[in-house]
Amino acid sequence: MDFTSASINFELIYAEIALLCAAFFILVTSSLRHVARMAPIVGLLGFGSAVYFAFQQWGNQMSGFFGMITCDDFGTAFKLLFIVVGILALLLAHRYLSVKRINYPEFYALLLISVMGMMVMANTTDLLVMFLGLEIMSVPLYVMAALARRSLESNEAGIKYFIMGAFASAFLLLGIAFVFGASGTTDLRRIVADYSFIVSNFSYYLYGGAALILIGFGFKVAAVPFHSWVPDVYQGAPTPVTAFFSVGPKAAGFAVMLRIFLFGFARMELLTDIFWGLAVLTMTVGNILALRQNNVKRMLACSSIAHAGYILVAFCVGGSEAISAALFYLIGYTMFNLGGFAVVTLLETRTGCKSDFSELRGLSSKAPYLSAALALFMFALSGFPPTVGFFGKFYIFSTAVKSGYILLTVIGVMNSFLSVYYYLRVIRTSYFEKPDEVFTPVAYSPAIVMVLIVTVLGTLGLGFFPERFLDISRSALFAFL
Amino acid sequence: METSILTLVTFFPTVGVILLMLVPKERHDSIKAIALIIAFVTMLLSFMLWSMFDPMGNGMQFEYNIPWVMSLGISYHLGVDGISLVLIMLTTILCVLAILASWRSITTGVKGYFISLLLLQTGMIGVFCALDLFLFYVFWEVMLIPMYFLIGVWGGPRRVYAAIKFVLFTMFGSLLMLVAILYLLFEYQAFSGEYSFDMMKLMTMPTAYQDQLWLFGAFALAFAIKVPLWPFHTWLPDAHVEAPTAGSVILAGVLLKMGTYGFLRICLPFFPDATMTYLPYICVLSLIAIIYGALVAMVQKDVKSLVAFSSVSHMGFVMLGMFALNLQGVQGSVLQMINHGVSTGALFLLVGMIYERRHTRMIADFGGLAKVMPFFAAVFMITTLSSIGLPLTNGFVGEFLILLGTYKANNVYAIIAASGVILSACYMLWMFQRVVFGKVTKPENEKLNDLSWRERLIMIPLMILIFFIGIYPQPILERMEPAVKQVLSHVSKAQTVELNSEYQIVETTEPVIVIGANGQLVKGEKSCRK
Repeated sequence: MDFTSASINFELIYAEIALLCAAFFILVTSSLRHVARMAPIVGLLGFGSAVYFAFQQWGNQMSGFFGMITCDDFGTAFKLLFIVVGILALLLAHRYLSVKRINYPEFYALLLISVMGMMVMANTTDLLVMFLGLEIMSVPLYVMAALARRSLESNEAGIKYFIMGAFASAFLLLGIAFVFGASGTTDLRRIVADYSFIVSNFSYYLYGGAALILIGFGFKVAAVPFHSWVPDVYQGAPTPVTAFFSVGPKAAGFAVMLRIFLFGFARMELLTDIFWGLAVLTMTVGNILALRQNNVKRMLACSSIAHAGYILVAFCVGGSEAISAALFYLIGYTMFNLGGFAVVTLLETRTGCKSDFSELRGLSSKAPYLSAALALFMFALSGFPPTVGFFGKFYIFSTAVKSGYILLTVIGVMNSFLSVYYYLRVIRTSYFEKPDEVFTPVAYSPAIVMVLIVTVLGTLGLGFFPERFLDISRSALFAFL
Repeated sequence: METSILTLVTFFPTVGVILLMLVPKERHDSIKAIALIIAFVTMLLSFMLWSMFDPMGNGMQFEYNIPWVMSLGISYHLGVDGISLVLIMLTTILCVLAILASWRSITTGVKGYFISLLLLQTGMIGVFCALDLFLFYVFWEVMLIPMYFLIGVWGGPRRVYAAIKFVLFTMFGSLLMLVAILYLLFEYQAFSGEYSFDMMKLMTMPTAYQDQLWLFGAFALAFAIKVPLWPFHTWLPDAHVEAPTAGSVILAGVLLKMGTYGFLRICLPFFPDATMTYLPYICVLSLIAIIYGALVAMVQKDVKSLVAFSSVSHMGFVMLGMFALNLQGVQGSVLQMINHGVSTGALFLLVGMIYERRHTRMIADFGGLAKVMPFFAAVFMITTLSSIGLPLTNGFVGEFLILLGTYKANNVYAIIAASGVILSACYMLWMFQRVVFGKVTKPENEKLNDLSWRERLIMIPLMILIFFIGIYPQPILERMEPAVKQVLSHVSKAQTVELNSEYQIVETTEPVIVIGANGQLVKGEKSCRK
């Protein structure tokens, strides 16, 4: 196997370059008021051309930059997912930011750079480049969390996220150093090739390194017990940013984890038990935390922990089916979770709204379509058919049953039973309770309506016709394994 | 037409849902009219299904099978046999009546209400048609959503509590069922090398006894909660009392049947050995349900919760008959599902009608209604008697067959169950007496109007059904007979016979003549236990 391709191969990173160009353009022109107003459009153009370049790469398997960048369908699938997340977050943010008077053009540049970082993370097999991508993704996120600079909560979110993120990066870097010490390389492909040699000679360093890397990414994807920052950060950050947090970095973290733990360290049997425990803890704690929340954003934050737990089940199971199940789940989760946040964003553009449950009262009579969409997303989150929420869970749990993890599956479905209670609470409040005060009407904007339409169609369409996306998530694996 | 009729019947109500979405929400009359027309056409389609159905045909009819998610072996596979056919008929008829019954009583959120009802109808028919376990599960769950809204939005004072309780109870069971379904999928893959959720294929797969035990348990829990079998019944009184009239009718009439249908379609044929093991426990639980339901019904002050607890008792009969595991018992059990749907549906409708007039359901608030509402009293009388199981009414045929089958299987059970019949006469007649007979004690009751033409229109078809099934159950019995025999032949494959000798099935095909309901001869096969 040729690990180092002598050529630099710029075409592998055209999509990243496109995003970067757009971001720089926005940054440079941000002081020119008339041009700065165009920032969202420039951002969309950047994303649009990135989609084009990513599609060009579909089906190609290439390596460039001396083996530092690898382009395969797994990476490309995630690339497209990140771009979709970026586009939806951008559309979501525009109106919200101007209502809250924090519509700085820099936001769009940060968003673009962050998405670029995710794409770097997913398109490499080298631990150091993964770390680089992680930092490119994370640093803009810290700023975005604190975007509402006059709001105490937003500042708190930024600081908290930054400290936790820096902490996690330190663990990760130390882990990479350990792995390098054991194997003499940071390239996962080399580690796979020499695995038996490394394990027989330096097993403790390798295990220690793997554990530290797991802790580092555990923070990023908010696995229990590394989740404590999530509720505060999610609640404090501006809602469109939270929407982005809850899917983008999470998907990127999982993409990297899939590569490291199910490809690089696939033969480390110890990991199965660790992921078993991690999955159970994450699902259960996430759901129990969510049960008692009185704020919708906070509830969604806790629920996103629980969803990370469902995906961790795939890590415990391992194997190609599990990876494609995790990928499919992430695609579906992006749809309904972003959808849920889109509704919350829309509701928050009304004055004085903090997304408490009580603000949802009587939503069904005042905004029937919006509350129907909200109900749909809640049903998807709790895993009711025929939404993709059901199919994603079904697919993950089917791989678990196939590999004989019956107990894990039972714990999983019981968790999803638990989650029904608090998701239905949203529906209960918006449908069964009468509005107690004057209901400020919701001001729709075309961008948000578009996000809602896309997410509703995605949630239902992927639920009814999952076949095509299953094929995509499976074919993504041929190159991967 | 042969192949697409089931899809048509199942999804025609969904067409109505889409139509209703396009109608502005203020136009109540058009919304009601569209819903009624859609439900009515669905009913006509189901009549067509009935007429096209070959009563002698073995196995599934009108089968339609196309792959849905091929890589996981999920297919869109529909088909009906005699058992599901009659249940579909019941569903479509009750839905029309439920829509008529909500004509006046629903004043807020009319559009959402009828959308929910039609969506519910698709879910229910789908459950009875589905021959693919995945599809079955999807319909099973989909139907929860509209029911949740029906109880939660248009229900009584404690609707929020009742709605969430209903969903959580059902979800709990069905999620464990999902694990069992997944396990079956991979068992079948190990057995035959291909993925399939097809019930017909899964049925042929031999499953290890140990696996059968927990698989049966997982499915049975989901179904037992739905039936509901004692002690899983606690959601039922809440849901029934709080649901709007149409919701109660559908809930009692059709949703409970999905539990017993599940036992018949999945638990018995898939896990014959486990069935034999669990049989005594389920029979005892059914007997407890019969007696307990009746005793609790007797002390209820609210007519609606009385009817709700009587459902627990009646569904106990259905379960007992089914687990007699002989032709009479199971036929009686299926017939009793229909009967319970008709008579309890009628009772809920009647309760709804007096509730609309008086806004109370307390027995103590009524009395002497026979004088002010003679037509109502007559209909109420017939329904009550049918619920008790008086000869000439449908209840008699069903209960008689169940008791006959149970007696053959275990005479002690039959004797205990028969005492339940007496108890049901006690609480029903006592309630009837307090509500309808005597003097008009309350001044509010003096000016009550008798049933309107619309209400008569709702009740008359049910009265016809009560007498028709009571006098001439043959068309229904003969259609379900091949299907019932099929189930029993699967059960008789049970290999482990580790029970007391009383429960060893010895199938003899010696034909016997049984004096059936009201003296007419019912041909059947004798299957006795030694």
